[in-house]
Amino acid sequence: MKRLQVSILQFPGTNCDFDTVYAFKRLGHETTLVWHKEERLPEATDLVVVPGGFSYGDYLRSGSIARFSPVMKAVQAYAAEGGKVLGICNGFQILTEARLLPGALKRNDNLHFISRHQHLKVISTDNAFLNLCTEGEVLNIPIAHHDGNYFVDDETLDDMEKNGQILLRYCDAEGQPMVVNGSVRQVAGICNKEKNVFGLMPHPERAMESILGSEDGSKMLEGFAAV
Amino acid sequence: MKAIVNVFLKEGVLDPQGKAVHHALGSLGFDNVTDVRIGKQIVLQLDESDPVKARKELQEMAETLLANTVIEDYDIEIVE
Repeated sequence: MKRLQVSILQFPGTNCDFDTVYAFKRLGHETTLVWHKEERLPEATDLVVVPGGFSYGDYLRSGSIARFSPVMKAVQAYAAEGGKVLGICNGFQILTEARLLPGALKRNDNLHFISRHQHLKVISTDNAFLNLCTEGEVLNIPIAHHDGNYFVDDETLDDMEKNGQILLRYCDAEGQPMVVNGSVRQVAGICNKEKNVFGLMPHPERAMESILGSEDGSKMLEGFAAV
Repeated sequence: MKAIVNVFLKEGVLDPQGKAVHHALGSLGFDNVTDVRIGKQIVLQLDESDPVKARKELQEMAETLLANTVIEDYDIEIVE
């Protein structure tokens, strides 16, 4: 496996930054925390991770203010050149607000903050993220969000399905579709058309050790070093 | 100059908060409510006297930050 240089962003209110550092270090990678005021990413960056939390207190809309931080300009440029970017939870919300990913994340349809382990069905593995998983496999990963209700118009969603941009769907332990937060067609994770920008609501960095309930997250995050 | 930007989820985008409030009103006996939509009202004070210029600027603010046009619509009122 390749040793990656992983740049992990920090905004005011980010709270999964150190869990993400821990997860990638555990997989043998180098990590650098990058403060949102930075205008450049570390030179040798192989992967940018926008971690979870409550950037700017989720004011206005989750991720709407963070997307205008100086570092996000650098991330936009990095992604435009084909650099790999992963957004987890609030990071996913920031990437949709920045239009690096299609759609938007609305308030959960039951209006509750949902925090629990959740089964996910792997839909597409033909990408730099889930290439160590198998299609149809059921993973067990924690979710913890209030605004995870993914919305995109039907036409775009159809296109995304055709292009293999739907990565994960919420399901039960048997892999049957499960309504969790109101997301269209139970979408839990997606990527862009070019397959270099990834976003998901579940937290793979919280599923790195079986003693904590699941190590399925390591299989997901390890994918970036396998390609 | 005072201006108000109202932001609402688009027609056809399910509004979970509106739905919950609609349901609560129903259980309070307000049976004649047929729909509830919840939005945000953003009140701005502008250092600008030209309403045409102000409206143009407010539209830019709404498009870039105040509304997420993937899911939301907005309207602009110039109050005084």
